[in-house]
Amino acid sequence: MAALGSPLRTLRGLLRELRYAGGRAGRPYRDTPAYQHVVAAFRAHRVTSEKLCRAQQELHFQAATYLCLLRSVREHEALHQEYHGKGERSPEEVAGLVGFRLPQQPGGKG
Amino acid sequence: ERKRFYQNVSISQGEGGFEINLDHRKLKTPQGKLFIVPSEVLAIAVATEWDSQKDTIKFYTMHLTTLCNTALDNPTQRNKMQLIRAAVKFLETDTVCYRVEEPAALAELQRDEWDPVVAWAEKRYNVAIGSSTSILGPNIPASTKETFVSHLASYNVWALQGIEYVITQLKSLILSMGLIDRHITVEKAVLLSRLEEEYQIQRWGSVEWAHDYDLCELRARTAAGTLFVHLCSESSTVKHKLLQD
Repeated sequence: MAALGSPLRTLRGLLRELRYAGGRAGRPYRDTPAYQHVVAAFRAHRVTSEKLCRAQQELHFQAATYLCLLRSVREHEALHQEYHGKGERSPEEVAGLVGFRLPQQPGGKG
Repeated sequence: ERKRFYQNVSISQGEGGFEINLDHRKLKTPQGKLFIVPSEVLAIAVATEWDSQKDTIKFYTMHLTTLCNTALDNPTQRNKMQLIRAAVKFLETDTVCYRVEEPAALAELQRDEWDPVVAWAEKRYNVAIGSSTSILGPNIPASTKETFVSHLASYNVWALQGIEYVITQLKSLILSMGLIDRHITVEKAVLLSRLEEEYQIQRWGSVEWAHDYDLCELRARTAAGTLFVHLCSESSTVKHKLLQD
């Protein structure tokens, strides 16, 4: 069986990720179907530290996998925005990098 | 890049399964088919992907939506047996079976980390797999391949799309089966898949905009694929009409 750690920790992490992901225009993240499903599923299965119930382990694995998905997507997007999100520089910016300015050509390029 | 054009995302239950509504419009696949999935939990997760989009829709972050679209449209037009054969073919070049001889530290790391998971697969499926330092890779007995073919045949065509996707991401059938069978977590499977990279990172350092970027993306895709397989195989969805071949 996979080393999953504490179900409570997984649940907290999952709810945190849903908080980061959700909350559109006045609708609180607690109202979303995902949040309500997660809370209901954990409550129904009473996921505890007992290693006995197979259904509990399956639910915990699923929750941990979903947590990994949400967290990785968020982290990936943050890295993307930081390093790859800015696009190309304009010609003016490129000239400015080495201290030049593009010439003014009122009649357009020759 | 498309702007977010909808306020509310909701789920509704139709005849064939669960649909996603963006305001009053029903979501469709790239090929124009109605987007409908057999599992309610999967629909909820897909709806969450759509609802998480802020100003613009970033399709490259919506892995579950992409997987559902692939299952519905089947753009590569593969049937169940073709998916199974593609999956099992990966065993011939399975990452965890392909070993180096040097540097010695890496070879030892591969033995320490990969031998246990190969042993697990051999025991779990009662097959011989082994590993190899030859450039040709391991020699997989035909009986081993047939065992995996039979085992994968017990999954429906949606789950198989997911399984084949995970195998392609991790470059390993064995690691993928470890995930499907819940023997290892996604984080562990990704670590094992990237063992050589991690070894080099330990030695030479990590470059955030490349290493971490790739790591997060592989984790996201692998997690999505694994979740997709489990949600499409659950007993509550097994008899579903959508999942018939």
